[in-house]
Amino acid sequence: MLIFVLRRLIQSVFVMLAVSLLAFVLFQFAGDPIEAMVGQDATMADRAALRDRLGLDDPVVFQFARFIGNAVQGEFGLSYRLQQPVLGLIMQRLPATVELAVTSTIIALVLGTALGVLTALKNRSWITGIIMAVSLVGISLPTFLIGIGLIYVFAVELHWLPSFGRGQVVELGGWSTGFLTSSGLRSLILPSFTLALFQTALLMRLIRAEMLEVLRQDYIRFARARGLSERVINFRHALKNTLVPVITVAGLMLGSIIAFSVVTESVFQWPGVGSLFIASVQAVDVPVMSVYLMFIALLFVTINFVVDILYFIVDPRLRADSQKRA
Amino acid sequence: MKTLLGALLISAAMGNPVLAETIRWARMADALSLDPHATNQGITAGFLHHVYETLVDTDAEGNLVPRLATEWMVKDTSPDTWVFKLRPDVTFHDGAAFTAEDVVFSINRARSEGSLMRSLHGAVVDVVAVDDLTVEVKMAAPSPIYPRNLTNTFMMDLTWAEANNVVKVQDFTAGEDNYAVRNTNGTGPYVLTSREPEVRSMLTLNEKHWAETSPGITDIEYLTIADPATRTAALLSGEVDLILDMPVQDIERISAADGVKVVTGPENRVIYFSYRIGQYLHNEGAGEMSPFTDLKVREAVDLAVDRDAIRQIIMRGQSIPTDVVAPPFVNGWTEEIATYSKPDVERAKALLAEAGYPDGFSITLDTPNNRYVNDEAISQAVVGMLARVGIRVSLQSRPMAQHSQYFQSGESDFFLMGWGVPTFDSAYTFSGLMHTRTDTAGLYNPVGYSNPELDAMIDGIETEMDIEKRNAMIAEAWAIIEVDRPVLAIHTQSLAYGMRENVNVAIHPGDMPRMYQATID
Repeated sequence: MLIFVLRRLIQSVFVMLAVSLLAFVLFQFAGDPIEAMVGQDATMADRAALRDRLGLDDPVVFQFARFIGNAVQGEFGLSYRLQQPVLGLIMQRLPATVELAVTSTIIALVLGTALGVLTALKNRSWITGIIMAVSLVGISLPTFLIGIGLIYVFAVELHWLPSFGRGQVVELGGWSTGFLTSSGLRSLILPSFTLALFQTALLMRLIRAEMLEVLRQDYIRFARARGLSERVINFRHALKNTLVPVITVAGLMLGSIIAFSVVTESVFQWPGVGSLFIASVQAVDVPVMSVYLMFIALLFVTINFVVDILYFIVDPRLRADSQKRA
Repeated sequence: MKTLLGALLISAAMGNPVLAETIRWARMADALSLDPHATNQGITAGFLHHVYETLVDTDAEGNLVPRLATEWMVKDTSPDTWVFKLRPDVTFHDGAAFTAEDVVFSINRARSEGSLMRSLHGAVVDVVAVDDLTVEVKMAAPSPIYPRNLTNTFMMDLTWAEANNVVKVQDFTAGEDNYAVRNTNGTGPYVLTSREPEVRSMLTLNEKHWAETSPGITDIEYLTIADPATRTAALLSGEVDLILDMPVQDIERISAADGVKVVTGPENRVIYFSYRIGQYLHNEGAGEMSPFTDLKVREAVDLAVDRDAIRQIIMRGQSIPTDVVAPPFVNGWTEEIATYSKPDVERAKALLAEAGYPDGFSITLDTPNNRYVNDEAISQAVVGMLARVGIRVSLQSRPMAQHSQYFQSGESDFFLMGWGVPTFDSAYTFSGLMHTRTDTAGLYNPVGYSNPELDAMIDGIETEMDIEKRNAMIAEAWAIIEVDRPVLAIHTQSLAYGMRENVNVAIHPGDMPRMYQATID
């Protein structure tokens, strides 16, 4: 077990290093950060001096080594654009993204499961037809179109919900939360539904397919024969067995919602790490971009690590295997 | 009703309790840093103008007007020294008096290593406080337009800077950000009360401000909404009162909506094309002569481009076509030099044939796609227009961060750019665009244009203190440029501000509207 964990840990470190090296090479094609920093009238000499101070003329390998060296010591540098420590900037923005992601995940899980079960049980009903058609829209329409559409309906025309921002936030020991104010909760509705739509549709279709499969199994038929109530059959026996793949998907879903909230955040001016990243890309703010990408890599590496450990615990064959080898 | 409100405003100004009037103002970006000398960027300066103040300022017509300095003149005994008389009885937000010492400190800070606006003060040799209210700025050579470089150089308090350890500008290689990045102490009409970077900043009236009349707007809620569609939606839904940085396609939509209006005016920015004059430096044909080297080809391109069509179709009427890289309010601009040629395809073809290109030629056009109003669409239109005379253009589109790096390095032989003239004087365009490229001049002339006669003229203009003589030289320089056609100007861009029906905000040519001059009916 210990060897297995250690091996996975070492692999994770290599994945992180590979991601950040790749990112650094790509940054060379992102443009010139100097141009976004200085004004139109900065002379060649001033530009060269700034370039030199930032070490931008050094070979990529040097820049990368310096970045890793500093990162290991907990130094992530200053943002070129905002002139503030990068780590502080990301930490300041993280609560907004996490709250949006968690809310969206919950919406997707609840709605996706409920609709999935409903459409599986009422397989031939007209309701199923409608829900399936709508879910197709959810999968195929780009997020920004859905976002802008919701803004025009609910903010501009109906004046029910705010079109941008996070409303009033409350500071709780360094964590700014929008869950505790009414304006914060109202602001959360549109972006979280926009972000959840795709995942909801995906989950619903997954659960529906699994559920239809399970309902055809012999043990369900036997359960019916035993005279168990429909409720017990559907929810205790059928749903339980469809949930295994769902749990696997749900973990990765949270990860991808955090990572890909970029579009939703910029449409709704949601002050999270995604909109910070977009602004940083436009200004070629290399320090912020690199730390953000490292953060996302860390997120996925951690999720995969936990999933692997869980498999190890769940699946006895893996354990037997490693003992044999040891 | 209007007169009643007007009377209320006047009585408020006369010292009666001020009516609280808040404006919710949204822009595409936040101020990057609150340190007044750490950046040289329009949106940041536009925000800081409410908290900090400058010695002199630019008004809506582009004139230089007094602010913290009441008078400025060249010293009688020395033509390379500027003298500034300061406004008396001005205090910073923390109560400290504003004196000549603070001006010396601020200008020195702005020209220190690490300041991103030091190039504006490159010619300064020394700054001296003569007495409490007089400052002398010694220049390396006579600098007739130096006060124009001070319109975004904000004044800080020396004592405050020392107390908070911000005498130096933020160092990028340091691990910590300095106090001035997040905190302010200016002399301006508003005090910053709270700030969440890239979310919202709250400003409230500075009761002790020196101005005789108090602004109609007492509180500002400054919001960042990056996405243009969301910004427009926020105005339409009534969540904000004023939006800037509007895309032209939203102008009609907002004009048609109830309760909101759009105000437009010329921006201090001209869109132009630059082309390689001389040998190609890079790419396949390196060493070969660029077709644009021949003046006839440059004339043909000018005749092929239909500026009126670009205005009508791509800019939806929101631009002023021109033939010079200088907006109308710039010193040296005349109707005559701004008059552009009408398109004439036959004549253009004939000129190309005369130049030895009867079948035209092929060239790559580089364009930014996220910086200027419809930049990529303008380039696409020009590609089509040049095709009519036989010039085959392939378009390369990049985000600005990559585009500027690409053309600055001299790799582009034909590109679109936008040019602002912050000094409101033609000399700025001359030395930036038209001068032969050197370490200090011709920074935006990476295409090899060089005319020694013009260079000598430009160098002369830089130091000529006699205004009449100088203006004559500027006219002469424009005459040379009219003949040489080193660049192809297209139009002056327009600014559009969207606001609620009862809000009055004037267009500022530098895109830095002032809320202390705005009113709400």
